[in-house]
Formats: sequence, C-alpha cells, structure tokens
Amino acid sequence: MSLKFRLASRNLFHDRLRFVATIVGIVFSIVLVTVQLGLYVGFRRMVTTMIDHAQADLWIMPTGTKCFEDPSLLDERQRFRALAVKGVTGVTPLVIGYAQWRLPTGTTTPVFMVGAELDAASLHPWNVVAGRLDDLAIPGAVAIEQSYFERLGVGAPGDTAEIRDQKVQVAAVTKGIRSFTTTPYVFTDFDRGHAYTGIPANKASYLLVRVAPDADVDDIRRDLRASLTDVEVLTTGEFRSRSQSFWLFGTGAGAALFGGALLGFIVGTVIVAQTLYSSTKDHLNEFATLRAIGSPGNYIYTVIIWQAVLNAIIGFAGAAAVSSAVVGMTADSALPVTVTPALTVGLFLLTLVMCVGSAMAAIVKIMRIDPTLVFTR
Amino acid sequence: MTEAVLEADDIVQFLGQGAGRVQALKGVSLSLRGGELALLMGPSGSGKTTLLSILGCLMTPASGTVRIAGRSTEGADPETLAKLRRDHIGFIFQSYHLFPTLTAEENIRLALDVRGDSSRRAVEAARNVLARVGLGHKRKSRPLELSGGEQQRVAVARAIVGNAKAILADEPTGALDTENGQAIMTLLAEIAKDPTRAVLVVTHDPRTLPFADRIIQIEDGRIVGEESPNPARKASNS
Repeated sequence: MSLKFRLASRNLFHDRLRFVATIVGIVFSIVLVTVQLGLYVGFRRMVTTMIDHAQADLWIMPTGTKCFEDPSLLDERQRFRALAVKGVTGVTPLVIGYAQWRLPTGTTTPVFMVGAELDAASLHPWNVVAGRLDDLAIPGAVAIEQSYFERLGVGAPGDTAEIRDQKVQVAAVTKGIRSFTTTPYVFTDFDRGHAYTGIPANKASYLLVRVAPDADVDDIRRDLRASLTDVEVLTTGEFRSRSQSFWLFGTGAGAALFGGALLGFIVGTVIVAQTLYSSTKDHLNEFATLRAIGSPGNYIYTVIIWQAVLNAIIGFAGAAAVSSAVVGMTADSALPVTVTPALTVGLFLLTLVMCVGSAMAAIVKIMRIDPTLVFTR
Repeated sequence: MTEAVLEADDIVQFLGQGAGRVQALKGVSLSLRGGELALLMGPSGSGKTTLLSILGCLMTPASGTVRIAGRSTEGADPETLAKLRRDHIGFIFQSYHLFPTLTAEENIRLALDVRGDSSRRAVEAARNVLARVGLGHKRKSRPLELSGGEQQRVAVARAIVGNAKAILADEPTGALDTENGQAIMTLLAEIAKDPTRAVLVVTHDPRTLPFADRIIQIEDGRIVGEESPNPARKASNS
C-alpha cells in the first residue's frame, strides 16, 4: 500500500465522528440523486410502455399527436391506402380513450381503454397471470391489471362491471402494466374499444404499420407520407422520443426530477467540501511539514484526492445499499425508482466527481500553505 | 578544507506589513562547511528562525543570495525550492512534527517517499536509520506511544535518511530533559563527523555548547560574533 494512500486513509479514519458525518452526508446526497434519477428513468420507461410493447415498425397518427395517450383521431379508412404502399405487410388500427368503469357497488372510476384487433399483430396485454388472452374474443371481455383490482371492484377472471352501461367481464389479468397517471389500462377488442369510449366506428387513434423484413423503413415512411393526408408517420423510436419529451419536459415533470437530482448533488458537494476542508485545516501542520521536507505539491494533492476518493467509494457503497432498498420498496408502485446498470456506473462517476471536486477547496488551501508554519507551531 | 554545503551572502529580509513591517535580517552572510556542527544563538527576535527559514529554502529573502551545494536559489519557484529541500536539506523541529497516524518507520519513509522512492530499499533504509538512532525496536510505534526524546530521535532519523547535506535544527533540545537533550546532540555531532554533511542548530540551550564546532551569534538581524569553542573536536574531525 502506498504511503500516500496510507496517510490519506489514516487522516480520514483518524477522526471517526467527522468521517461518519461525511459518509452520512454523501449517502444522503447520493440517495437523493439516485431516487430522483431513478424516478426519471422509471418515468421515461413508463410513459412509453405501450409504444414499447406494440408490434409496429411505423405509427400513423393524427398530425400533432403529442404522446400515446393523446386522444386525437384519424380516419380508419386510411388504413387501406397505407396497405397499398409497397413494402407494407400489415396495418392494424388501434383505438384508445378514456371511459368510466362502474363498479358493482355503483361508484365509477376512470379507465384508459386500449382496443386492438385480436387476430393481428398489434398492441395486446402482456404478462398475463390469470385467464387467457384468447378469451378477449368473448363479447364484453376485458383484460385488467391485478394491482387495480381494488380500485375496479373486481378480484379474479369472471368478475363483472360496466362501461358506458355495457356489461364487461374480466377475461385476463396482467401484472406490471401500470400507468404513471394511475388511471388503469383496460384492454379489449378493437370494436368494443369504440363502443366503450364512444369513438365513431370509422375512426381510429393509430394505425400500426409493419414492413417487410428487407424493406427500408425510411423509404416506406416517405411513401406513406406522400399517399396519406393529415397524418404523421413516425418510427417507433421517434414516437417514443416524442412521448418522452412531452411528458418529461412538456409537463415540467422531468425538470422537477432533474432539479431534485441537482439539489442532491449540490448538497453532497457542499458537505464533502466542508468536511475535507476542515480535515485539511486540522492537518495543516502535517501538510506544512510535508512541504517543509520537500514534498512536491502533487504529492500533497494526491493525499487529499485519495481522501476524497475513499469518501466517494465508501459513501457510494452506503448509498447503493440504501438505494437498493428504495428500489425494492417502490418496485410495485405507480412510479417505481428504476436503477439501470448504466445509471449505477453514472452515479458512481458522479460521486467521484462530487468528492474529488469538493477536494478543490482543500487543495487551494494547501497551495497557499506557508511551510515556515513548522517553526511557529 | 571541506567544501561549503550552504552559503548565504548579504541576506536581507523584512517581516510583516505596513506599520508593523520590520527588517528581520540586515545583510547576513554565513557559510556552513561539511563536517561542522554550528550553533546559531541569539536572543528572541534576533532573526534566528528567519535566517533558518531562508537557509532551508522555506522563505525567499528580499535580497541576497543563498547557495545550496553550490546551486543558487535566486529566482527559484516554490517547486524548485521544494526539490532543493528534499535533495539537500534535512529539518529537525522543536516540536518534532511527526505524523501522528503513521508509525516511526513510516514517518521516516515519508522523507524518501516524497522523493518518489517507495521501494523495498527505502523500507530497509528507514529501518537502518531507525536502528542507528537506537529505536530499531520501536519501528511500529506511533508518535504518541513514544517519549519526547524518542520522537526527536525519529525526527533526526527522518532528517538524515535521505543523506541530506545540510541538517537544520530548530531548538532540537528545547522540549527535552537533559538526558534526552544530550542524546540528541550526540546524534547530531555524530552526523557532523561526516565531512560531506553540516549541521546548523538554532538554540538557546547552553547544554548544547560542548557539541559545537562553531558558535554564531546573531543580534538584531546581524551576525555579531563567531567563535570555535571546541578545537579538539574540530581537529578530530579533520
């Protein structure tokens, strides 16, 4: 072990109370940043969950559609014009919209209907944990998310309720299809989607386009734009980006999450800077002695930076443990804190930057040190 | 005649600012030769510590020149001065200035580590010099586990481990009892037997007089007298 590292670690651990205070500060700060960024990642994923699970290479939508939940409508007959474009192998319509779900008790709650043709590649419920997807073909059949049982007043496949005065029966139950708006998604057949939302039969919300495997998606999109009117044609990636932009930045939710993360970062930086600075002041005699015996400036800076790196490693480990617990606790919530491997690496680098950056105040102090202190103290 | 290890020529230095500004050194010239142990004595405020700081390249004089091992320090930046210190000068302080979190051996190794020598050889050198000052059995002890005399011996070991040509000591016996003070001065006198090394001790302590080859008196920022009270020791050195 290098003497610089040994000196740094012993300086750090020498005053245990201050060391614990520093680590608590770093843990608090990094957990705050993790939660905010984890919510951001979770939110990003959640707002595009329907787009991610749809079987589509291209999306045809009314001009100006902002996100998947945007209730604009297009003429469903455009489907046939789209099918006529060379390279298109399938076009399936999708209808979405809000409806009122009447519980057996008589009270109502809003739901978000997703109606899709059952016999075509489209947007069907996934993670089915009870009932059968095929049963959605039965008149009045719907698929719902199990975490909304209580809200919807049902408990198992076969239970019934009403939408727009029409009886519906739970045919399939999913797990994990949650909406960040907390309005439950209810999947049904395309035609009944119209009936439950009141959308005219000749209208659709989206046309999902699949293209031949060897076809160029951009070429087909260009041809679709040329042959269709009053619509936009986006790739799945583009639609995902547009939805994320709308929800994250159009609504200010993303800015709030980033603001929280920035606050955590600033709090952490100030805490570490303050403790490193006071630790350096306490060891000023030793640093002056180092300087007096001829230590190069870099040697002393390395000792301080090692202290900062040790703070970062230990603080990050603590923050990772706390954050794991937070991730576990929010896993089944409407908006889970999602920590990806890339986010973990990013957070570690952020912790390092925060701690090493905080060392700058201490280094500036050392740069001004007067080595003749050794004669006066 | 041995060569000059450290030379100062017409050193002038001011301390403080504004109305509190005083001239601490008023044209001091001094030469320290290999193989001698010189005492720098004078009353408080006479400029002893300021002169020691300038000779040790810790402070840059307002005017005058300092040469260490023949090299002038004029115009040298702080990093160059630091290099001169680590290559040629060993310091011993009244309050030892050991690192409380490091062991005796690590404190000595530090003087080599700042030179970039962290090899196995550096560890051996630290152990050898620790044995030389009579503390081979205390290499794992931390400063707080050592007596004042032992701490000062570790400080002496740190000063000499890098084969510094000039050992500058500031009141090295000031915080020690007679027995430990004698032991430290004996060690310094031993070091000064080496004709390539010189020891300059700033002191008020009359118990150090028997160890001196030369006594330099400083008063009011000027060298006011020099004497060689121990010709027998000098003769035995040469």
